[in-house]
Amino acid sequence: MSIDLKTVKHISKLSRISLDEEKAKKLETDLNSIFKWIEQLNELKTENVEPLSSIAETKLRLRKDEIKSKNIREEILKNSPEENKDFFVVPKVVE
Amino acid sequence: MSNIINLSLSELVSNIRNKKISSNESTLAFVDRSKKSKHLNSYNEETFENALKKAKEFDSKPDFNKKLPGIPMAVKDLFCTKNVKTTASSKILSNFIPTYESTVTQNLWNEGAILLGKLNCDEFAMGSSNETSYFGNVISPIDKDLVPGGSSGGSASALAAKLTPATIGTDTGGSIRQPASFTGTVGLKPTYGSCSRYGIVAFASSLDQAGPMTRNVQDAALLLEVMSSFDSKDSTSVDFKRPLYLKDLSKDIKGKKIGIPKEYRVDGMSQEIEKLWEDGKKYLKDCGAEIIDVSLPHTKFALPTYYIVAPAEASSNLARYDGVKYGFRTEGDNLIDMYEKTRSAGFGEEVKRRIMIGTYVLSSGYYDAYYLKAQKVRRLIKNDFDNVFKKVDAILTPSTPSSAFKVGDKSNDPVSMYLNDIFTVPVNLAGLPGISIPAGLDKKGYPLGLQIIGKSFDEQNILNIAYSMEDKINFKFNLKEWWMND
Repeated sequence: MSIDLKTVKHISKLSRISLDEEKAKKLETDLNSIFKWIEQLNELKTENVEPLSSIAETKLRLRKDEIKSKNIREEILKNSPEENKDFFVVPKVVE
Repeated sequence: MSNIINLSLSELVSNIRNKKISSNESTLAFVDRSKKSKHLNSYNEETFENALKKAKEFDSKPDFNKKLPGIPMAVKDLFCTKNVKTTASSKILSNFIPTYESTVTQNLWNEGAILLGKLNCDEFAMGSSNETSYFGNVISPIDKDLVPGGSSGGSASALAAKLTPATIGTDTGGSIRQPASFTGTVGLKPTYGSCSRYGIVAFASSLDQAGPMTRNVQDAALLLEVMSSFDSKDSTSVDFKRPLYLKDLSKDIKGKKIGIPKEYRVDGMSQEIEKLWEDGKKYLKDCGAEIIDVSLPHTKFALPTYYIVAPAEASSNLARYDGVKYGFRTEGDNLIDMYEKTRSAGFGEEVKRRIMIGTYVLSSGYYDAYYLKAQKVRRLIKNDFDNVFKKVDAILTPSTPSSAFKVGDKSNDPVSMYLNDIFTVPVNLAGLPGISIPAGLDKKGYPLGLQIIGKSFDEQNILNIAYSMEDKINFKFNLKEWWMND
């Protein structure tokens, strides 16, 4: 299964990473060589194998739903790219 | 005292306890040497002034019951440190100052350690040579233009150059063990769930583990003891009774059964690696262990599996870097444009490549063919280990397929770079503990490592095996201080 330039551009949209034509072409080459190598997994028959998503297969712990951090608005906003004491600022979304 | 930098972590601890050396003297010695070692580019952020202040504070009110009393230590720049810049070596986090501390680093400070600075690494820990960092390549003190390995390359370089008595790294596919092997140092990746992931910049959450990087096995036992803890802030942290790894360290491995997996004898393996492995077997036999041939039949599928699983998790973890809540931002015409431009300018090439791989394997129409397939193969790889561990107590393999290479040698060929982790990746997929110890030199005079893989939560056993082997190997590397300036 080869990945064409159109697919690369589609993945870049999904990834929210803009790409110029040159970078897209470079990625087309890279991704094709990586996926060609990955294809060897198809040698294995896995119909009856249970997928393993995590080693920690035990049930996640439950905890009380309680507030542990209070009055940390300033801390949360401290690293925001556009400075504002009360909100995160983004480009205008609604006209 | 000029020999402070030559002391192992354990020796430094006992010298401080015996009041032969103060925390200030020792901190000064490492600060001094770090300042003369800029050429290695191992630091992203230096906190020397603050370290010296803390060392004096320790000396004025010393607590010698701490496990790391007044010990200066630099750490990988992937651990969030409160009020100290934490960048994961990425442009997108280049101005990020956490308002909280990672659990693992907090454990170090609770036991008396003092932060020397943040160490360079591959961007978001994605890389095997420390050539993907936004802050430039790290150079190994072993030789000119040599890579230290990655992703914990700054940690390995600083440790081997004696800029810090010990350090900590993270390991998702070999990022502690491979650089340790390249630099003649000891690196341990604990069992998944042993060390808390809270406050570590996430790469692939089902694989990431923090671990010690040290000059010898005893130091690794000490540091692991401090790092490992149950943490309710990490949902996959495992609540088990942690042994006192240092206290229980023993060279008695008589009767232990050690497996030699035939699939690790890969095509084109050099004779040097072959010999290193043979020597390892001999040392183990000399210690009274029994060598048993075993088979891990799905070994060759581990790397392609990893390069589906890890990028898939990374693409999801790195979705948070959107230029809104923290980090770097590029302005755009609208919200979406801002996201796309920010991520395009903020991430480096390897990170973008992996996000794209991950997005693709999780995208509609490809999920079953790639991601689900990889999860199934991951099960087969884990089953291989489960079967072998019914017969043996540990497994011995080489740590890497070769010694360190020169900067630029592999950076244009992603697959050949990925092959570096062929012996380390299966361990992460199965969540097992693994330790790399220096075991010899190749004909270029560069270090080579052997890896011991253990059963889940059996760190004590692999530490003991490594401890016995260390004695027999008696590894020596003549460090020439070619990089130092006055």
